[in-house]
Amino acid sequence: MTAAAATAKEPPRARRPGAWALFANNRLAAAGLVILVAIVLVALAAPLLPLPPPDITDPANRLIRPLQEGHLLGTDQLGRDLLSRLLYGTRMSLAVGVSATLVAALIGSLLGLIAGYAGGRTDNVLMRGIDMLMAFPYILLALAIVAVLGPGLMNALYAIAVVNIPFFARNIRGITLGLARREFVDAARLSGKSNVAILGTEILPNVLPTIVITMSTTVGWMILETAGLSFLGLGAQPPQADLGSMLGEGRKLLFNAPHVSIIPGVMIFAIVMSINLVGDGIRDLLDPRLRSGALARPAARTAVNRESVADAPREENANALLALEGLNTRFEVGDEIYHAVNEVDLKLNAEDCLGVVGESGSGKSVTAMSILGLVPTPAGRIVGGRVNFHGDDLLSVPLERLRTLRGGAIACIFQDPLSSLHPLFPVGEQVAEAIRAHQPLSKEEVRQRTLELLQLVQIPNAEQRLSAYPHELSGGMRQRVCIAMALANDPEVVIADEPTTALDVTVQAQMLRLLNRLRRERNAAVLFITHDFGVVSEICDRVAVMYAGRIVETGPAEDVIHAPAHPYTRKLIDCVPVLGEQDRQLDAIPGLPPAVNRLPEGCAFADRCDRARDDCRVGNVELAALNKEGRAVRCLYPLVEGAEGSG
Amino acid sequence: MLLEVENLTRQFGGGRTLTGRRPVVHAVSDISLSIDEGRTLGVVGESGCGKSTFARMLVGLDQPTSGSIRLAGHDIRGGRSADGRPLSATVQYVFQDPVSSLNPRKTIRQTLTAPMRHLLKMDAGQRERRLDELMDAVNLRPEFLDRYPHEFSGGQAQRIGIARALAAEPRILVLDEPVSALDVSVQAQVLNLLADLKRELGLTYVFISHDLSVIESISDEIAVMYFGRVVETGPGSTMFHRPRHPYTGLLLRSAPVPGQRRIHGEPKPAELPNPFDPPPGCAFAARCENARDDCRASVPPLDIATPDAADPESGKAHVACYHPLAEKPDKNAPPTP
Amino acid sequence: MGAYILRRLIFAIPVLFGLTVIVFAIMALIPGDPAVAILGSYATPENVEKLNRDLGLDKPLVQQYVTWVGNMLQGDFGRSYSLNRPVLDEVLERFSATLILAGTALLLCSVLGLIAGIVSAVRQFGWADRVITFAVLIGISTPSFWLGLLLILLFAVTWQLLPASGMYAIYGGGDLPDLLKHLILPAVTLAVVATGVIARLTRAAMLEVLRQDYVRTARAKGLTERQVIYRHAFRAALVAVIPVIGIQAGFVLGGAVYIETVFQWPGIGAMLVKAISTRDLLLVQGGVLVVAASYVLFNLLADVAQHMLDPRLKL
Ligand SMILES: Nc1ncnc2c1ncn2[C@@H]1O[C@H](COP(=O)(O)OP(=O)(O)O)[C@@H](O)[C@H]1O
Ligand code: SF4
Ligand code: SF4
Ligand SMILES: [Mg+2]
Repeated sequence: MTAAAATAKEPPRARRPGAWALFANNRLAAAGLVILVAIVLVALAAPLLPLPPPDITDPANRLIRPLQEGHLLGTDQLGRDLLSRLLYGTRMSLAVGVSATLVAALIGSLLGLIAGYAGGRTDNVLMRGIDMLMAFPYILLALAIVAVLGPGLMNALYAIAVVNIPFFARNIRGITLGLARREFVDAARLSGKSNVAILGTEILPNVLPTIVITMSTTVGWMILETAGLSFLGLGAQPPQADLGSMLGEGRKLLFNAPHVSIIPGVMIFAIVMSINLVGDGIRDLLDPRLRSGALARPAARTAVNRESVADAPREENANALLALEGLNTRFEVGDEIYHAVNEVDLKLNAEDCLGVVGESGSGKSVTAMSILGLVPTPAGRIVGGRVNFHGDDLLSVPLERLRTLRGGAIACIFQDPLSSLHPLFPVGEQVAEAIRAHQPLSKEEVRQRTLELLQLVQIPNAEQRLSAYPHELSGGMRQRVCIAMALANDPEVVIADEPTTALDVTVQAQMLRLLNRLRRERNAAVLFITHDFGVVSEICDRVAVMYAGRIVETGPAEDVIHAPAHPYTRKLIDCVPVLGEQDRQLDAIPGLPPAVNRLPEGCAFADRCDRARDDCRVGNVELAALNKEGRAVRCLYPLVEGAEGSG
Repeated sequence: MLLEVENLTRQFGGGRTLTGRRPVVHAVSDISLSIDEGRTLGVVGESGCGKSTFARMLVGLDQPTSGSIRLAGHDIRGGRSADGRPLSATVQYVFQDPVSSLNPRKTIRQTLTAPMRHLLKMDAGQRERRLDELMDAVNLRPEFLDRYPHEFSGGQAQRIGIARALAAEPRILVLDEPVSALDVSVQAQVLNLLADLKRELGLTYVFISHDLSVIESISDEIAVMYFGRVVETGPGSTMFHRPRHPYTGLLLRSAPVPGQRRIHGEPKPAELPNPFDPPPGCAFAARCENARDDCRASVPPLDIATPDAADPESGKAHVACYHPLAEKPDKNAPPTP
Repeated sequence: MGAYILRRLIFAIPVLFGLTVIVFAIMALIPGDPAVAILGSYATPENVEKLNRDLGLDKPLVQQYVTWVGNMLQGDFGRSYSLNRPVLDEVLERFSATLILAGTALLLCSVLGLIAGIVSAVRQFGWADRVITFAVLIGISTPSFWLGLLLILLFAVTWQLLPASGMYAIYGGGDLPDLLKHLILPAVTLAVVATGVIARLTRAAMLEVLRQDYVRTARAKGLTERQVIYRHAFRAALVAVIPVIGIQAGFVLGGAVYIETVFQWPGIGAMLVKAISTRDLLLVQGGVLVVAASYVLFNLLADVAQHMLDPRLKL
């Protein structure tokens, strides 16, 4: 087997656009950068430009309006050239703002790193100190510091830096705290690294992006604040000018010469705005969550774009309760198309339990979520097929009808009961909501029904648990609540997406027992998704095996498990250790499933299949009926019953 | 005995705060176990039963509240083994989550050379040679060395995690749910790899998992944990054929097996006791069919199981139960395929 | 809940105590002799010394501090030399004016920010989102003191719709409509930046929440889109936004310093700026302390609100 693993295919290296391309793609950020660079260049070049000196007064030419000969932006109350003062003031403001940012970032990040990494008492002492600083309204503290140090630009710089230290310290501490608990820090410790080395070489590189983001998003703010202090007369002292003090002086002339104050204001605005744009761009660039576009809001239902649709269900599905026909669902992320679900056919008869088995990423969840339009759009899109429920195509019913079906005739149970329940509502309320959404009952009736449901799923002390919050319950209890919610309106179909995967084995056993009983009592059909053939045996009548977004084999659960016809099914069963068979050599499947954005032609399993021949890699391998009991397999050379032993 | 653990206990919390005492959680209580060189000890139990806390104490990532851990007879409290080298040069750890145990901003080369540099003090040439050996040992191609963790699948990342643990040339590997985050097909690849490595390098494993069949397939000895305590130990080959502790029996009855409809889940929902306020007696009493009054009065000690004429290995089994399961092979034995 | 509030109040005491230490330390560090500042640079050394003795400034710092705190606990904040009136009277009078201004601005920015953020998130990438995002960007990039000037120029000078400064009209004012008329420009100016920040954060929080599993559950239950967004998502987003509103309260209180100067609003901010330039120590001390204490109190309220909304936080 080691030889097989050695040939394990590497995943295709992700083709990422360079950082610069991404940044330039963000048009606003690019525009901000252009403006900012222009301002900085002009400010830097100020001494080289043919400008009158900024501080030379010329009372004869006081308060000249802009656009006059010799004074492009006019003059101020002392006859000083405004353009010249503006450029020198910009230099000053930029220098002070940037320095203050650097000082605050350096000290704040250091404090944050130490507090977050050391934890315990050090953290407590440092953070209490920081809290104390934060207990002052921001500018008030700066004022107090300037009061101590006396007015002046340097002092304003210190004041602004000091009041921003807590901001950096808190941010960086939070990140560090999270990182310090990550396993790679433990791994580094076990590699013999000292605390200082871990802090400097393991944690710092991971914190750096956050520091840069925090800097880029605060530098604009600091420039504003420094200008503010100067505006109040506490920063730059005459004749020295920064943008804030120019504004402050101009304020007195607001009524008769507004240009004196408007011009520096526009400059501050332009600087801060361009910095904010650039800062947002940098943040988007460095924050991978934002970069992947994952922050898009999912629509109320999955987008459906089918080129053509059949008018009616296929003949064989005419009487099926729920039938998927040729379902195609994909995700469009940037230029990549992920073919998550391809030509999936599934049929669920009344009171049947159909298992869908496959490894992670094989498309089980997307298939199930496509039925009720719960695949998130953007990214997700259904591009073909029909979903028949009692013969109606669910992909084309109006949203309001879909809504009444959701949680009504078709209910869902999800994998992780903690994240699937709203953390801020009591569980009783969440179950009651499911009832109210579909049945016009009085308050008391809803309460009664909620209680019955909780008792039905065997929640002890149901009456008290009505007002419990999800975090107060154990994993098993939470999943019981989710089941109660799903059963609230006597559904005909329950879609259960790995409902026991997150649970411990004894709790899973309780849950399977409960589900099995309830589905029989309530005559509900179940679409049960799992990756465990043991669970399939326990609860399912029929099973469908998925691989790379396709159904590769389907049939009665027992038949498929005892005599799998598809080589993948066979291997999937054989690679799991079985209780009581300690000595069996595990038959590992070499390699990895193909990436669904680069599906190969022909059989997707060919690279890992020891029966593969040349014709397996061309054309499209169809799902073909194997026998009369509804068995079908997508393989050119299926295993013949009985011929193949395990291991 | 290569590794011996005696009365190991770890409590979290406690201590004073401004408004009183913080509650104490008993994560691990009074564990005594030992393991011979070259063997695999499987530790099985459900989430929250203290498996990871136990494992972290073995490698020195956490310190016991009381009790001792001895490595070849030498107490490791100081974080060093008998020869004065750091403990991590002898005992290494493989993490559950393969991706989060690799620093996202370091190449695989940087991650793998750290233990060689800090623990083994190797020079650059030695490190290069060792890197090649390691990548070969875990069946990864050498060109992966200069890539970053996000470029790897879970199975590959876990092999890198194993390589990192092996880099320090340890004698013992503590593996904390090393395959739980992996898909079954990849899980088999990693399990087979671990078996090969153990044979080739003469390693000793402490293998932690919640999966009974995985534990059975890999262990020479098995310890079952419940609520911070070891409730049963025994040889890997027989324990699951003849469970003695009612909890072990329940675990076995709860595990699904392909091709069989056999689970008898508990009829009523059962929960773990409150860890802040553990019961005075057996923690399993509330769920146990055999429970009687004496079970609720005091914690049953882990004693040698009553010898059993039919089972020559029975002398090696220990069980912490006042009323262990009687032998009813047809009901509790695992299924025959 | 009551016990929690009580505990928070008790925990606020050391913070307030710390505040007095910091304020006192800052003032003690001020270079120069306050007596000289009061008497002017022509004062005789004897007079300076006498005044220092009268003010208790010749005592050791610790003793000065104890006296100062002791007096404050009895409601004696000292006398402002520049105004020649008790500090407490002046501070309270000024502070009530600031509260009117800052309170209005905080209300404005919370309501507008939340609404804008929700609309922006719900209509993500639509025109409403674009307009709001752009307006927010402009809002947070504008210096508020300059915006105030522009608004005065437009509304007071050019169109003559609203008064340019003060809290009440000098002649015949003093009633509520008069106050409101004076309040509009400064309150709006003060609220602009905070509105932008809150809107941004609300949008991000809503988008984050809308991707959560429990929102999918809400849809899978058959709830209407309205219920999903305004009940399930908004409730969770609010928990993330409330601490930010608490922080913004600090910015609004502090920003009042500029706005009061620009609009000549008789609040505590304008008073502080003047007191700093005249080196009226006791006035600065008292003013800073009262504002900081009120901010501590406000953050306490925000914490309590968050605990009421989020059962996961231990009471
Ligand atoms: N929100 C999404 N954005 C992009 N791709 C997705 C998204 N959700 C799922 N996919 C892709 O769809 C494929 C199938 O996923 P899924 O149905 O969740 O698999 P399973 O449930 O079998 O583990 C995977 O390859 C995954 O990468
Ligand atoms: S079609 Fe060919 S490659 Fe695919 S599973 Fe069948 S035999 Fe293997
Ligand atoms: S000690 Fe008693 S309660 Fe505990 S497992 Fe044994 S029989 Fe059951
Ligand atoms: Mg899934």
